[in-house]
Amino acid sequence: MSGVETAGSPARSGSTAARQRWAPWEDPSKEPHVQIVGVTKRFGDFVAVDNVSLDIFKGEFFSLLGPSGCGKTTLLRMLAGFETPSEGQILLEGEDMSGVPPYERPVNMMFQSYALFPHMNVEKNIAFGLKQDGLPKAEIDRRVAEVIDMVQLGQFAKRKPHQLSGGQKQRVALARSLVKKPKMLLLDEPLGALDKNLRTQTQFELMNIQEETGITFVIVTHDQEEAMTVSSRIAVMDHGRIVQVSTPGELYEAPRSRYVADFIGEVNILEGRSAQREGDHLVLQCQEAGCAVQTGPYGQESGEGPLWIALRPEKVRISKEPPADTSRNCMAGEVWDIGYLGNLSTYHVKLDSGKMITATQANMARLIERPITWEDRVYLTWAPDAAVVLRD
Amino acid sequence: MAGTPSLPAREPLAAEHDPAARARRLKLSRAAVISVPYLWLLAFFLAPFLIVLKISLVEVRVAMPPYSELITFVEDGWIAFHGSLENYLWLWEDPLYINSYLSSLKIAAISTLLTLLVGYPIAYGMARAPRQWRFALLMLVILPFWTSFLIRVYAWIGILKKEGLLNLALTQLGLISEPLTILNTDTAVYIGIVYSYLPFMVLPLYANLEKMDLSLLEAAADLGCRPIKAFWVVTVPLSLTGIVAGCFLVFIPAVGEFVIPDLLGGSETLMIGKTLWTEFFNNRDWPVSSAVAVILLLVLIIPIVLFQRQQERSARAEA
Repeated sequence: MSGVETAGSPARSGSTAARQRWAPWEDPSKEPHVQIVGVTKRFGDFVAVDNVSLDIFKGEFFSLLGPSGCGKTTLLRMLAGFETPSEGQILLEGEDMSGVPPYERPVNMMFQSYALFPHMNVEKNIAFGLKQDGLPKAEIDRRVAEVIDMVQLGQFAKRKPHQLSGGQKQRVALARSLVKKPKMLLLDEPLGALDKNLRTQTQFELMNIQEETGITFVIVTHDQEEAMTVSSRIAVMDHGRIVQVSTPGELYEAPRSRYVADFIGEVNILEGRSAQREGDHLVLQCQEAGCAVQTGPYGQESGEGPLWIALRPEKVRISKEPPADTSRNCMAGEVWDIGYLGNLSTYHVKLDSGKMITATQANMARLIERPITWEDRVYLTWAPDAAVVLRD
Repeated sequence: MAGTPSLPAREPLAAEHDPAARARRLKLSRAAVISVPYLWLLAFFLAPFLIVLKISLVEVRVAMPPYSELITFVEDGWIAFHGSLENYLWLWEDPLYINSYLSSLKIAAISTLLTLLVGYPIAYGMARAPRQWRFALLMLVILPFWTSFLIRVYAWIGILKKEGLLNLALTQLGLISEPLTILNTDTAVYIGIVYSYLPFMVLPLYANLEKMDLSLLEAAADLGCRPIKAFWVVTVPLSLTGIVAGCFLVFIPAVGEFVIPDLLGGSETLMIGKTLWTEFFNNRDWPVSSAVAVILLLVLIIPIVLFQRQQERSARAEA
């Protein structure tokens, strides 16, 4: 992948950019903590990871996000040393890690299955790594107690793993991988086995622990919400390749491809043609929408071939009254279906072209009867920079 | 039955409508099912044992059967009890018996250890072999069972004797100039027991090692543990239930082993199974040999109970 850095991304609005934010990846003088350089991993004929290059910076909470089988776990296992790259290099603080076995890497991993030693109690599980380093007993005891305290497992220290709940096991696994103060902590679907409420709570705890310890976290997940919540940056993967590396905000508001737009949140995708430039906006003719679509700021030339318009449902306004100008950024259709979620209502609108569009409205007023109902003719409008142009 | 037209009309049994009767019937059928293994044990274990116990309490006699009666009916409906613990005292007085017991325990213990040392690598190799090979490897372990145990032990005579295959091979290779004397020594007994009981060690170990979660070894490596050390601190402790099960399965039958010491052992090889045989067939002293058998059972009850306990514990741990 060539587009590793995202500094040139145009989508940040003025107010966000003006605020000071921590973004070492935008600072060319910063040395990356981990460099993945042209890494490919093949299993027989199958290419699990395909020429991936990535820079991860010290103190980042970095997510590898993708559907199952996209190569994210293989990439993580190469960072841990369980797999060796077929091609390419992994550098940790500038040092080539190839040929360094897992037991000599200053990196720890939290396993998806937790992989707690069933014959050892919580304390012994956590102390295991420190014992391997031959630390004095007093030091081991002190550090184990410290980390047990951090994950609030004090009263379970003497229990065996089979006497713990899923959430407690997860904490032991986390404590065990943190106690060695690794340079990088790898987390393979760390919250995958937890139920939803616990997962949300644990996400914030993970973020706090990451902030407290300052350790670089690399997490593998297929849950886009989780990645959005915890990450400083997210690498979206598909078929062994990285398709986009961005902050959660950029990923959502400025996806670079239909794949990313579709993977992160919900989106309406429309096909557009024959673009015209108007300042830094493009105006596309869109047959499916039945109008001209003015899209958000777009730096590149429109060029030949189809362009795609991505429109998030929550950015679409729905109204029974037609706007003043129905020729631009206005689609007309019929309400086909309504999903009432309490806080939100989702409207599926069938346009005159037959295309289905989803629009979400926050239910701000407390009404039992909604003004818009099935088979109503409605007009969908959106702000001039709400629509995003995608090339592929 | 007007309310349930879909059901075929039939005369209901009275018991079907009476929940108490139903429960009673259920209890009865459950008891019947459970009683089958108990009846089996009663008929083929407890009854023979009681007969042996009875014979061990009486005197030897030159007659048919070659022992005196334990209980005789005397006049006026009285019964006379002729039992004594004399045979047991005799076992204590003649050092042959105690030595046989101790020697059996020693030979069984050493051969159990040897079987473990040979069996563990085999089971480990099988459990870590590519999945498509495992069935074939398992078959190779089980296959010898298809041949008679006796024939397999006989075959070892041909291998171990002075002009046997082993000595021939070693002489041809130039490793030895004089043939080794292995047959009719304790070494031959160890070889025979290790060979014969190896599957009893390998199978429980394999079952245990095969289901081990390999990510535990990755976790150990990740935490800075070298593979060899991880074997000792992770794999071995986790396979402990398999080790214990295998050891008991070898040790318990090995203590009472008769065929192997008889065919491969020498005149010095003292094992309780052999002593029992001599007592029974050569001396025709049924009462003393019965006493030997009863004591052997008592000696083995300790490891058997320990084995049962351990099995229950590991079953509970898995549940």
